[in-house]
Parts: sequence; structure tokens; C-alpha cells
Amino acid sequence: MELKTSNQEEWSLVIHPQRAWWDLHLGDLWRYRDLVWMFVWRDFVAYYKQTILGPLWYLVQPIMTTGVFTIIFGNIAQLSTDGLPPFLFYLAGNTVWGYFSASLTSTSTTFTSNAAILGKVYFPRLAIPISVVISNIISFAIRLGVFLGFLIYYVAVGVNVSITWWALSLPLLILIMAGLGLGMGIIVSSLTTKYRDLQQLIGFGVQLMMYATPVIYPISTVQGNWQWLVLANPMTPVVEVFRLAFLGVSSLSPLYLLYSLGATLVILMIGILIFNRVEATFMDTV
Amino acid sequence: MSDTVISIENLSKSYQLGAIGTGTFYGDVKRWWAKLRGQPDPYQKIGEKDYKNREGETVWALRDVDFSVRGGEAIGIIGRNGAGKSTLLKILSRVTAPTSGVVKARGRVASLLEVGTGFHSELTGRENVFLNGAIMGMSHAEVRRKFDEIVDFSGVEKFIDTPVKRYSSGMYVRLAFAVAAHLEPEILVVDEVLAVGDAEFQKKCLGKMGEVTQGGRTVLFVSHNMTAISALCDRALLLDRGRTVAQGEVESILSTYFQMALQIRPEVRWTENTAPTNGIVRFAGIRAHDQQDETKSAFDIRHPIAIELDYEVLQPDIWFTPSVILKDMNNVVIFNSPADAHPNWDNAKKETGTYHSTCWIPGNLLVEGTYSVRVVFWGFSRLSQKGIAMDDVISLNIFDSMEGDSVRGKITGAFSGVVRPKLEWISEQVKPAGGRIEKNGT
Repeated sequence: MELKTSNQEEWSLVIHPQRAWWDLHLGDLWRYRDLVWMFVWRDFVAYYKQTILGPLWYLVQPIMTTGVFTIIFGNIAQLSTDGLPPFLFYLAGNTVWGYFSASLTSTSTTFTSNAAILGKVYFPRLAIPISVVISNIISFAIRLGVFLGFLIYYVAVGVNVSITWWALSLPLLILIMAGLGLGMGIIVSSLTTKYRDLQQLIGFGVQLMMYATPVIYPISTVQGNWQWLVLANPMTPVVEVFRLAFLGVSSLSPLYLLYSLGATLVILMIGILIFNRVEATFMDTV
Repeated sequence: MSDTVISIENLSKSYQLGAIGTGTFYGDVKRWWAKLRGQPDPYQKIGEKDYKNREGETVWALRDVDFSVRGGEAIGIIGRNGAGKSTLLKILSRVTAPTSGVVKARGRVASLLEVGTGFHSELTGRENVFLNGAIMGMSHAEVRRKFDEIVDFSGVEKFIDTPVKRYSSGMYVRLAFAVAAHLEPEILVVDEVLAVGDAEFQKKCLGKMGEVTQGGRTVLFVSHNMTAISALCDRALLLDRGRTVAQGEVESILSTYFQMALQIRPEVRWTENTAPTNGIVRFAGIRAHDQQDETKSAFDIRHPIAIELDYEVLQPDIWFTPSVILKDMNNVVIFNSPADAHPNWDNAKKETGTYHSTCWIPGNLLVEGTYSVRVVFWGFSRLSQKGIAMDDVISLNIFDSMEGDSVRGKITGAFSGVVRPKLEWISEQVKPAGGRIEKNGT
């Protein structure tokens, strides 16, 4: 969509009706990196200021959920936990899943909940979902701290768990979860500019996806008809490798992580492309 | 710096009328399914006619707008509501994309469609300055460098570490504008943000905007405040229903705008058959013009205005006089001025023939605003004939071009008074500071 004029003009900004699909403005995003950090910082500070317990809230939720899981799935349903203490097993799953689901749900409302600011000023729109994914890392870190605290306690009382070298893959796990949450979130947010009811679907969808991820059960118990679904889920290797890393137990080959990485890149790419198409004119429909 | 910095070519933007979709995926599928089977739209409101033209219902907010701006120019964009001003600004600020056409710009473009975009009420003034600066496209280092200047300009230094939710609305706006004022882009696109704050702050804002243009930067300014437009801009673009009506010198564009927007007619002519008459005198025409005899509807507050009447006297020796009555927009009569204001006025009889009477309203007398002219022919006493009155026959607008030599000087806010005569003042120093008054005697 280049304008072919006889004399070579030097324009620093050209506004076209429709951008080429490969024109992603990623350079613009780099120029606005300070804004991304400001958003991250704002989210954190604002959250902290509005509450009494502050960051303590990040602790309450995973512990409560894990407690409920332990009672229902561990004590009542008596699901296998690969021989691990049920509480630790569920806490590991919740810690990882919590980050992914928070990233997905909060980026899925990018356009609709930021319409006021997006309607007034230009900045690369991707700055918002990216900052959300980054600020969710803060709460993830707190949850991870809780998990490690319990891990140390369990090790101290003599439970047989082992931390493996796979723990070093944690940054990669975070990157995959961030990319996957971001990619899926911006696809949903792009579609919600036209169809608001997808917003309702997202909470429900995340719940369903959790049951297709080995959060409350180990992969070793999944057999038969539905195994492909669990294996096709790019979050499955992330949860399993996390358990392998910190609890030393997993029956899934860590190489499945490469599949996760590939799927994440594809979803993220599709997400950015759709997002890029929608962001130019979403103000007219939102 | 006389190169073209913004070039807008054939810019158009259309919006779809009515509901774009039903808003839900389920609804859209249902509508599509009904259409496929030839059934009426299930989402059509009862009693609403089905025009079957939903596909083609678009409205053009902008249509083939073409113009260019040279570096360092200040351009005012004016037009009535719905003329397409805001759409143009939104495209220029990249909030939405055009339907067709191209905008090309040289240099950093910053837009101020609102002040304080993204301000978070829980954060302090200081934190919001950094946040808002980043949203506007400043780097962290840039904001830090200008921070003292921004706080100084806003005048809220005492409260800079207080959450902005505790600010008064005036403080909030001042801080927000202060950030925006320190953006320093090459091209600044401004919406009516000046319509905020008190008179003193408005003056400060206008001053800052003037500084921006004098610093060689380019400003595009949308406003309904014509005083501000004429104070700030060199050129103007007049839009109506998405199209460019006129562009050029600010004064002539303002004049066109007033004629169009307020349906101001500076001149009316009648034919023999349509002219108002009472059998003794017949109107032929009326117009408003300036000292150069140019018919116009917008007058500089400093210049005299002529109201010129053309009429025909049909019967001789009957006493009457034409009178010009000026009313403001609230229908308050400002004055009533008869043509024959002299001691012998009731003996002023006229021969038959065509006449031409001009009433001069001096400059520096009226205040800015729109006036309508009522013309009355009265007298006719000896025949107890009815007079002729023409209400609101023409109207005119008075503006201040803000060059500083009107009564208003450089003050941009409200200026009180029903009239604004430039009166003679004599001021002298009676006593120098610290001096003693020389007394006579004792």
C-alpha cells in the first residue's frame, strides 16, 4: 500500500484506510516501551492502594482454591496425585494455571474496558494487553512464593519430593503462558468489539479449559478417548513440566514443551494479526 | 519552515447507520438465518418499517476533504455540529482509520482530544504526570526533565503528592493541561480543551498555544470559541456535512461560517411586486457593509458598520422617517435610531423618487455577538397611515480579532457590559512612591 509519487517524499507518518496485514507497527511498540512499564506500575500501585490487605489478597485466593480442591478431589473423589501430598499437588497446578487464566481473562477485555482512553489518544494498542500480562507476573511471583513456602515446609516434615534441574525452565514456562494467554486474550478481545456475548463465554471457557489441563489430575491418569484433547492442549506440558521441576514427578516427556512453544507462537501470531486488523477502526463499533 | 507538514488527500470516512450488528453473535446468526429463509428480520422493532436497504445505509462523516498545512501554521477547523470536525481530529490523532484517502505528516503528531486521558484517581498528581505523559507519547526521561516546569505551570505544587481524587475539578484540569502543554510535538492537534478552567487559566492556555505556534510548530485547532480561533489561527478550514466549504484567511472564513451557521443574511433585495409597502413608501433593499463598501455579515468590533436602506417614496409631502432598531440575540433592543434626528424632524417631508439612507454604527461600541436589524418606517401622521416594520430583516455578527487594540485587549474570557465603548481615559501620577505631597500654605 505504498504511495507511488513521482518525487520521493519524506513523510514520517502516513495514515491509510487499511493497513497491510504484515504492517504490525512493532517499531512503534518499542518506542512506547516506557508506556508499557507505566501501565504495569499503575496496575500494581492502584491495586495495592485500593485494598486493606494489599498484596496479601494474592495469597488468599490460591490457598482457598487449593484447600477446596484438596477436600473435593483429594479427600472425597480420591483422585490420584501421582503419590504426592494432594495439597502440594493442587497448589502447584493452581499456581501455574492462575497465571495463565488471569492473563487470558484480563487481556480479553482490552478493547471494551479501555474504550474511553483508546478513543482519545493514539498509542500502540498492544501496549495494554502486554502490560497486563507483565503485571500479572507480579501476582504470579507472590503465588510462586506461597508455593515454595509450602514446598519447603513439606520437605522439612520429610515428604519425598525433589526439585529437579527443570526448575531452570521456569522463565520459559512463564514466557509460554504469557504468550498463550496474550494470544488467546487478544483474539477474544478483537472479537468482543463486535460480539459482546463472547465476554460471557470467556469465564466459562477458561473453566472448561482447566479441566482439559492436568491441574486437578496427573497426566498419567488420562487414558482412552479424551487423551488427545489433553495432549493437544498447549498448557498441559507447562503444568506437567512445572510439577517435574518442583515436585520431581511427571509422566509426560518434557520435550512436549517444544510443542507448547510452537503452538504459542502460532496463536500469538494469529492474535497479533487479528488485533492489528481490528484496532484501526474498533472505535466505530465498540 | 514553509514546507507542507500535513497533507490530507481525498479523505473520507463513512459510518454505517443504525445498528451495525445485533451486538451478539447469536443475534447475528439468527438474523442471517432468517434472511436466508426469506423471513423478516427477527430483531426489527415492532412498527418499524422494513426499508430493505440496511446494506446501503451509510453516512459520510467526511467526504473528499483536501487540504495541506505548512510548518508553523495555526489552522482553525470550524463548522456546525456534525460537520465532521471531530471525525477529522480522530483520524489525525489515529484513534480511528479513514474509509478512503490518505493523511501524510512530517514530524511527531500529538493530539489533545481531552486533557487528563488515563488519569487514575487513586494515583497522586506526581504519578499521574508520569502516567499521562507516557500515554501522550513522552518517554520517562522526557517527563522527568520537564517535571518541575509542568508542576510550576499547573500551580498545584502543594498537592502534587495527593491522590488526584482529592483534587478540585479546576486543579485536576490544570494539572492535566500542564502535561499536555509540555508535549512539544512538531504537530499539535487540539480539540476544545480550552473550554475549561477559569478565565485566568484560559488566558494562560491561549498564551501557551500562541507560544507553540511561534516556536515554529504547527497547530490544528478545533473550537466553537470564535474568539479563540481568531486569536490563535492564521488560516481556517470550514466544514459542513463532511465537506470542505471554504478555507483561507481566518477572517473571511469566520464571516462565511456566521452566514452559514447562524443563517445570517447581510443583504435583502425586493422586486416591485414582493416589496413591503404601505402605498406611500416601498422598500427596495437593505444591506450591511463596511467602510470599503463591501457587503458582509461579520464585522471587526473596532470598525464602523453601515446599515444601508434603499426605498422609493411613492407619494410626496408626507412626513415619515426610517429607523434602524438593533436587537441582540435575546431580543433586547440595543438602540432605536431614526434617520431624521434633528429639531425639525416632524417636518421632514420627502419628494417622490428613490432614496438611499445609510446609518453608521461606530466601531468600538457594541459587544461581540449576533444582532438582528429591525427596520421601521414611521410617521405618516397626517394620513394616519400605518407604518411599515420589517423584523429581523438582516443580521450581523461582531467579533474581536484579538489584535490587542480593542477594549478587550488580550483578555479572552467573558468581558462584561451590554455595550463596549472605547472611552477616553486620562490617568496621571499624582504622587510618586514614597514621595510627599507638597502642601500650599501652612
